[in-house]
Amino acid sequence: MRSATFLTRIAGPDINGSRVVIGTTARLLLLALVLFLAAPILSVLVRSLQDDTGQYVGLANYLHYLRNPSLSVSIGNTILVGLLTTVICVPLSFAFAYCLTHTCMPSKRLFAAVTMLPLLAPSLLPAMSFVYMFGRQGILRDWFPFETVYGPQGICLTQIFYCFPSAVMILTVALGMNDGRLYEASQALGASPLRTFWRVTLPASRFGLVNACFVVFTLVTTDFGAPKIIGGNFSVLSTDIYKQVVGQQNFEMGAVIGVLLLLPTILAFAVTRWLEKRHRSVFSSRSTIHRPARSALDPIAFVFCLVISALICLVIGIAGWASFVKFWPYDLSLSLNGYMFQDVDLNGWSSYVNSLELSLLVTVVGTVVIFIGAYIVEKHEHAWLTRFALQFLAMLPIATPGLILGLGYIIFFNDPANPLSALFGGITIMAVNTIVHFYTVPHITAVTALKKIDREFDLVSDSLRASRLMAFRRVTVPLSGSTIADIASFLFVNTMTTVAALIFLYTSDTKTAAIAAINMDDSGMPASAIAMGMMIFYTSAIARLLHLGVVRLLDRRIQRWRDPSS
Amino acid sequence: MAAPYLEISHLSKVFSSFRAVNDFSLNVNKGELVSLLGPSGCGKTTLLRAVAGLDRQTSGEIRIAGRDVSNTPASKRNFGILFQSYALFPNLSAADNIAYGLVARRTPRTAIEKRVSELLDLVDLQSQRNKYPAQLSGGQQQRVALARALATSPELLLLDEPLSALDAQVRVYLRDEIRSLQRRLDITTVLVTHDQEEALAISDTVVLMNKGSIEQIGAPDTLYAQPASRFAATFIGTSSALPATALGSGTVRLGEHVLKTRPYDAPSASSVTICFRPEDVRLVDTADDGNTIQTRVARLSFHGASWRCGLALTGVPDAVVHADFTAATVRDTALAEGAAVRVAVDPDRISVFAGS
Repeated sequence: MRSATFLTRIAGPDINGSRVVIGTTARLLLLALVLFLAAPILSVLVRSLQDDTGQYVGLANYLHYLRNPSLSVSIGNTILVGLLTTVICVPLSFAFAYCLTHTCMPSKRLFAAVTMLPLLAPSLLPAMSFVYMFGRQGILRDWFPFETVYGPQGICLTQIFYCFPSAVMILTVALGMNDGRLYEASQALGASPLRTFWRVTLPASRFGLVNACFVVFTLVTTDFGAPKIIGGNFSVLSTDIYKQVVGQQNFEMGAVIGVLLLLPTILAFAVTRWLEKRHRSVFSSRSTIHRPARSALDPIAFVFCLVISALICLVIGIAGWASFVKFWPYDLSLSLNGYMFQDVDLNGWSSYVNSLELSLLVTVVGTVVIFIGAYIVEKHEHAWLTRFALQFLAMLPIATPGLILGLGYIIFFNDPANPLSALFGGITIMAVNTIVHFYTVPHITAVTALKKIDREFDLVSDSLRASRLMAFRRVTVPLSGSTIADIASFLFVNTMTTVAALIFLYTSDTKTAAIAAINMDDSGMPASAIAMGMMIFYTSAIARLLHLGVVRLLDRRIQRWRDPSS
Repeated sequence: MAAPYLEISHLSKVFSSFRAVNDFSLNVNKGELVSLLGPSGCGKTTLLRAVAGLDRQTSGEIRIAGRDVSNTPASKRNFGILFQSYALFPNLSAADNIAYGLVARRTPRTAIEKRVSELLDLVDLQSQRNKYPAQLSGGQQQRVALARALATSPELLLLDEPLSALDAQVRVYLRDEIRSLQRRLDITTVLVTHDQEEALAISDTVVLMNKGSIEQIGAPDTLYAQPASRFAATFIGTSSALPATALGSGTVRLGEHVLKTRPYDAPSASSVTICFRPEDVRLVDTADDGNTIQTRVARLSFHGASWRCGLALTGVPDAVVHADFTAATVRDTALAEGAAVRVAVDPDRISVFAGS
């Protein structure tokens, strides 16, 4: 009894106690993110200020790094590759997303599906595919404008391919949210299509564009699969960490490079916060969905999307073909040799099974946690400090290279003084790490979708004396059905394809498929590596098809809500 | 006399530097329907949201049934609210929308079904119970939202421009429905509207608001017949507003005419504005009838049962007297544009306000 009144007092009065539940959930989530995200990153920071005996040495490690041109050249290299990819990838993605949402071209669904193909495999797969195409023994070698595919040109090529789906996803959501009434108004006022684009479409998509740039830039600078396979001698920060930590066991220098890579986060976070403040819900319960009219643009859009989709299929197709070829490019007869993993690797197929287990775990737990987190950040009116901290921490993972997060986990959880060190080495810590690692994009997706749900629904629910929990369960979640499905499939596929963080965390019992692929490529078995990459691709493709089925079911239900005739 | 059901005292709401509501006090009796009427931006919606607990007031006190709810969250205030957008849950059927508040209260299922059925009968939507909001017409949606707000038998009903999204015929029909429901259930109601006709037609009391403050409170007919300010006279209905000079003791000078008026406070020789309604203007033959003005017909427009005349005043440029004459009068007197006419207005129909 006493504790009940106490809870009421600290959380404020509420008949159904939903404020207490939501508040407690918010604090627990915050604690988890501090423990599994902030603390490991901080320990990297601390480690960068210590020498190899743990003595505090100030900025000595940084000075050492900056004075060594063979190391610091990577800073410029990383920025160059990041900017180049962003500048090419975001406009392409915007055009593609625009075609999907604002034209009447045929085969939209097919194009949208094809765009997602790059997400189904680790970045090492397209990198290997480009090597098989344009490398020394590449079949299309003569078509490549540069002398060699290895280097920044190869990295950019791979990254444009690899980041394209993420950017298209963000921009499709942003463009899909454009209010139809504004288009009708603009048309009625006699504005030309170009002016409408300039005055209605672009302003309404600003937030999405900035987000897309931010996501692409950080994906490029923090990925290490592509530069490792196709970077040649062109060193970037992410491969440097790998070399320092795995190659030379130099945790201090790895930590220094990691901190340098973290800097863009702070800038990006500040920019998004600032923009978000000016971006109140533009889609209210009175907004209508924009229905594009047929226009002369449709055939152009179709050809554009067709070309892009064909290129994507080509890259995947080459990899798929190569995985079934006996000896590229000299003996192109088909065989299953590449898939006989037990012949080349001690773990054989068990790495693949590990990946499946891990992905399912991450999908179930991650979807629930991330959606609830986004709900708290977006809809909870109290505890602004908790929400602010949650939002900050939610944005942190995308700029935190998996390698750094992995490094942080070793430093933080492997410390015998840490009571949580018992977690280390199991599949649990890998799952936690992966959820944290992929937290940001599903979080943004969920927040963007939740922004579309009118605040008045919650207010009406309040006035009916229903708890916010009930509004969450009966209105918010049903209205977010397809978003939740999107998040689940995003988590599954990304866990299947991830390499970066787990490379520090796996043991021989918990090795995943993507890591097995890297190892096999390292030990000169590219055919097996690309076959393992393709196994990941097939699995992810099946997951995506399942997702498509679920979304179609949900869509049919939503249609039932909307269709006046049924 | 029983204490008022809803008491608002000295309520203010400030948005950064803008005072949306300024020291507002109002009592609403049990079972009364009070309209907050005013132009957009007058603070009426802000006030309603403060009563609902959706936006916290900057200062002041709100009491519902004698209980101070100034700092109580919306979910504990026991009111039903109807938004302009209705905010029906799009994924729930009409019946489930209505049942929402009952489910939240863990009402037994059979009781919920009975109550929902009752409410569907009440708003005459039994046949539409399984439809989703998007499958209903605007008027039907509005009735579902009303039934949902009434489902939990709240003692206070808040209506935020409930009819403005509907077309004119449905609006008149639903407004009468709301009024008869409100009477039958004897539920204290606050209605926010910018539509004076709506406010006058269904309210017990109209609160006319302007710039965050009360301009005038009163029964609809009082408000219409005895406007307390020039704003009240011109915002509600049509009034002729004419510049005049005070002569003291209930007389003013209008151009070359001296008119008797209702008693007023303005000092002698000061500039005043006199207001009267078009339907209070009578056609007369001679000046003997008293309180008459000599005019010339400047405009005539046909309004069906009557004609609206714009009468120009000799000696007072730009001043127009609006007058309504029946079709028969216009026919009998062969009234035409340009004709000189003498009109009379009874003294107790002329309001005088200080200032020009």
